[in-house]
Amino acid sequence: MGKYFQEEIECAPIEKIREIQNEKLVKQVRHVWDNVAYYRQKMQEKNLTPDDIKSIDDLHKLPLLSKADLKAAYPYGLLACPLKDCVRIQSTSGTTGKRVVAFYTLKDIDIWEECCARAIVAAGGTNEDVCQVSYGYGLFTGGPGLNGGSHKVGCLTIPASSGNTERQIMFIMDLSATILCCTPSYAAYIGETMKEMGLTPEQIPLKAGIFGAEAWSEEMRRDIEKTLGIKAYDIYGLTEISGPGVSFECSEQRGMHINEDHFLAEIIDPDTCEVLPEGTQGELVFTSLDKEAFPLLRYRTRDICTLTREKCSCGRTHVRMTKPKGRSDDMLIIRGVNVFPSQIETVLLNNGYAANYQIIVDRINNTDTFDINVEMTPDMFTDNVGEIQSRKKILEDGLKSMLGIKAKVNLVAPKTITRSEGKAVRVIDKRKI
Amino acid sequence: MSVNQVSVFLENKPGTLNKMTEILARHNVNIRALSLADTNDFGIVRMIVNDVYEATNILKEENFVATFTPVLVYKISDETGTLNNLLKSFTEADVNIEYMYAFAGKKNAYMIFRVKDTKNAESVLAAKGLKSLTQEEIAEV
Repeated sequence: MGKYFQEEIECAPIEKIREIQNEKLVKQVRHVWDNVAYYRQKMQEKNLTPDDIKSIDDLHKLPLLSKADLKAAYPYGLLACPLKDCVRIQSTSGTTGKRVVAFYTLKDIDIWEECCARAIVAAGGTNEDVCQVSYGYGLFTGGPGLNGGSHKVGCLTIPASSGNTERQIMFIMDLSATILCCTPSYAAYIGETMKEMGLTPEQIPLKAGIFGAEAWSEEMRRDIEKTLGIKAYDIYGLTEISGPGVSFECSEQRGMHINEDHFLAEIIDPDTCEVLPEGTQGELVFTSLDKEAFPLLRYRTRDICTLTREKCSCGRTHVRMTKPKGRSDDMLIIRGVNVFPSQIETVLLNNGYAANYQIIVDRINNTDTFDINVEMTPDMFTDNVGEIQSRKKILEDGLKSMLGIKAKVNLVAPKTITRSEGKAVRVIDKRKI
Repeated sequence: MSVNQVSVFLENKPGTLNKMTEILARHNVNIRALSLADTNDFGIVRMIVNDVYEATNILKEENFVATFTPVLVYKISDETGTLNNLLKSFTEADVNIEYMYAFAGKKNAYMIFRVKDTKNAESVLAAKGLKSLTQEEIAEV
C-alpha cells in the first residue's frame, strides 16, 4: 500500500475536484429539496429553487443551518430518505446539552469509513499494521468510524473502546499495536500510565497515533509524541457531517486536509455570516456533497479556523484547515473576555504542569470568578513551600498574559479531576445567566 | 548520616490529612514525627516514619504526590538549655535552618532540621562534635 488510500481523488488537480463538487452539489441540493420539507421551506423563504444552484459559485445563496435547526427538526425533520434505507444512527456526546442524532445509509457509512481510511494511511498505516481503536464505541462516532477505516485499510483492528487503561496497555504491548486511535487526553493518560509503569518510548511498539474529537494544543502533541515515542496526527470531524475523517493530518502536520470530494468547506464571519476569502479566520461551514440519509447544506460548525490551498508537499491537493482554535461551544466569555480551554492547556504544558485541569466559573456579586484546578505532579512537587508558591505565581502570570484576565489557580491532588476516557470535563460553569 | 523524611502534598480541603493517615494506618506505617506546613491554598506534610519506602509507595498508589527529603536529626536530653546549645552550634557553623520540628523518644527529645546543603551542614556540625542520627538509629529510639 502506498502513501495514499485513494490517490486518484486525494491528489486530483483542483479543476477535477471543482468538477466533482459542482456535479455533486447540484444533485445534493435537489435531493434535499425533494425530501426535506424543513430545508425546502428555508429555501422558499429566500425565493430559491434548486435551479438557482448551478455550481459551487452559487453556494453562498443557500440558507445556513445551525445547531438550533437540528434541535428544531429533531428527530426526523432533516432525514432525507425513507427509514427502510437507513441502517444506523450516531449521536453526539451532548456535552453542550443539545444532543444531535444523525442517520446513515449503508453508502453513507461506506464513504465515512473511506474518509477514516484516508486518515489512517496518511498516518503511515498499511495492512501490516495493528491498529488499536480506543475511542468509545457506541453512539459516539469515534470508535465506529476509525474501526471501519481500519478495516478498509486492512489493519488488524483491536476494538478496545475507551476505558480500562490497564487492559489498553496490555493489548498495546502484547499484540504490538503500532497505531493508536483515541482522544488526545486519553492518549496522554495512557502515556502517563505507561511511564509510571516504567515503560520507555523505545519499549512501546506504537509508531503513530490518530487523535481527535477534542481541542488540543501543539504542546500537548509534543508531550504525547515524546512519552509514547510516536508521531501524533490530528483528525477532525463532527457527527452532523459524518464523524471523524471530515479532515485529517498528513505527515507534514501542517493543517488537516478536508475530504472535499465529500464535504464542501467555507469560512464565514460568525457575526455577519458573510463568506470570507481564503486565509481569513472565521467559522467553518460544511455542505455535504453525497449524503443520502442526513445531508446538511451550509451547516455552521461553530469551529473557528482558516483554510489554505497552499501546495502541500505530501502530494494531496485537498484544501487544508488549521486546527480549530476552539469550538465556539467550548469558548467561555469570562468578564467579557473570550477564553478557550486550549489556551490554558498551552500555558500549563509550557510551565511544566500536566494538561489535567478544570475550569470553574461562577458569578458572585455580579462578578465572574475564574478558578482553574490544576493537578500537582511529582515533577512539580517539592518540599519547599516557597518554591511551590513561586511556580504557581509564574503559572498565574503566564495565564494572565495569555488570556488577558486573571485566573486563580488551585493546586489539587493527582487524578482528582474527572478523567476523559471519552471526553474531558474541562469546564464547570456555575453562572446562572 | 541524613535521614529520609517523607514530604506529601495536601490539597486544601477537609479530610485530606485524615485520608493520608488512614492509608498509613491501614498499611501499618508508624508515624514517629509529623509537621504540617500550611498556606492558604495547600499544605505539605513532613513526616518521619518507620518505613519510608513503603509509606511513599502506598501514598503514590493512592494518588498522593509524595517525595523524600533529606533531613538531619539530633538527639537532645530533656533538660533546660539543650536546644539552645544545639542551635548555638548551628549559628557558629553558619548553617541556616529552613524549618525544624521535634519529636519525643522514650528517653530523649529529637530535633529534625531541614537545611539547604545537608552534606556540608552535617560535616561542619560533626566537626563540632554533633552526630546526626541514622534511619536505623531513629527506629530504635
